[in-house]
Amino acid sequence: MATLIWRELRIAFAGGAWLPIAFFLLVAVLYPFGVGPDSATLARTGGGVLWIAALLAALLPIDRLIAPDMETGVLDQLSLRGVSEEAAAMAKLIAHWLSFGPPLLLATVPASALLKLDGATLAQLALGLLIGTPGLAALGIMVASLTLGLRRAGPLAGLLMLPLAIPILIFGAGSLAPVPGSALKLLSAASLLMVALAPFVAGAAIRAARE
Amino acid sequence: MMGQGQSCGLKLSDVGSVRGGRTLFAGLSLALVPGDAALVTGPNGIGKSSLLRTIAGLLPAQGKIERTGRLALADENCALDPELPLAQALAFWARLDAGDETRVNDALAALGINHLGGIPVRILSTGQRKRAVLARTIASAADIWLLDEPTNGLDATAIPLLEAAIAAHRSGGGIIVAATHQGLAMPGALSVGLA
Repeated sequence: MATLIWRELRIAFAGGAWLPIAFFLLVAVLYPFGVGPDSATLARTGGGVLWIAALLAALLPIDRLIAPDMETGVLDQLSLRGVSEEAAAMAKLIAHWLSFGPPLLLATVPASALLKLDGATLAQLALGLLIGTPGLAALGIMVASLTLGLRRAGPLAGLLMLPLAIPILIFGAGSLAPVPGSALKLLSAASLLMVALAPFVAGAAIRAARE
Repeated sequence: MMGQGQSCGLKLSDVGSVRGGRTLFAGLSLALVPGDAALVTGPNGIGKSSLLRTIAGLLPAQGKIERTGRLALADENCALDPELPLAQALAFWARLDAGDETRVNDALAALGINHLGGIPVRILSTGQRKRAVLARTIASAADIWLLDEPTNGLDATAIPLLEAAIAAHRSGGGIIVAATHQGLAMPGALSVGLA
């Protein structure tokens, strides 16, 4: 398992793991141009914008998560060596989160400065993203495996993933509200459900894609 | 060659393959014991690759497949990370096979490509990739080799190397199932014609 995760991480960091992070930061840079530099407006809406940016950034790496390993036969060779498709998907999920989650959390610091978020909001946003990004990574793995072998998988992946990410977005952005209630708990539940489902959904989808 | 000690076996009983609702072949039975080889022949599209992938467990099997021993599959997908030097790309699989990585060097030498170990996989030619896939198969120390068109892309010097590796594997108690429509010398191999 460690060998698999290490391989995924090496590929991710050699092949553009920085792209979603650059996208995320770019949204934070552009947003004030769109709504104007009024600090109060930025501070009120910035957290939600960063959540949407994180969600869209999570879409970017989908086409390279599983399809290349399917095409080159890596998943076949793993299966021959007794690595189940579920285990391979789990390794991909862990590595995908490691290459996406922590860098995104780091990027949240400059992004929230650009949007005039105060320290408390930043802390709450970072906590929410820490809980929510595993769910986003899991969604990415699921959608990537479900669109295996389809032409124009990219746009379809977006259409599939964004509606499924609604719970994470609602509770993630909801946790930034003045009275967050149990938004963080519901965010955790939604994220945990995605993570728990992902290996099995992806495993079945990979087997189905072989036929 | 084997080093495993235990004997391997492969037995197919009434095996068939259905792809996309169409029956490719049906009622195939064969039994292979250590040292045996089967040469699967037949026209394009008859299901030679599907048979190998069914044996490998990658496609759902109709009928019954019993096997003892570990499998290795060499098909048209090279499954090597394109950016890595060849030796490192093969070492990844050697680690998963829990074999020692000196086997990779021996396997590269057996196919005459030990000078390519430092070359990134992405700039290897078709024939060199094919040799690399066969080298992985040799290095895997698997008992049963499934070879899908193993001679495709190989030049005249590589084919005798492959045939020597096959002979060494069989004399070490291994089993070969090869699918090809080209010439591949496997003395005493069971001929399986799909039609």
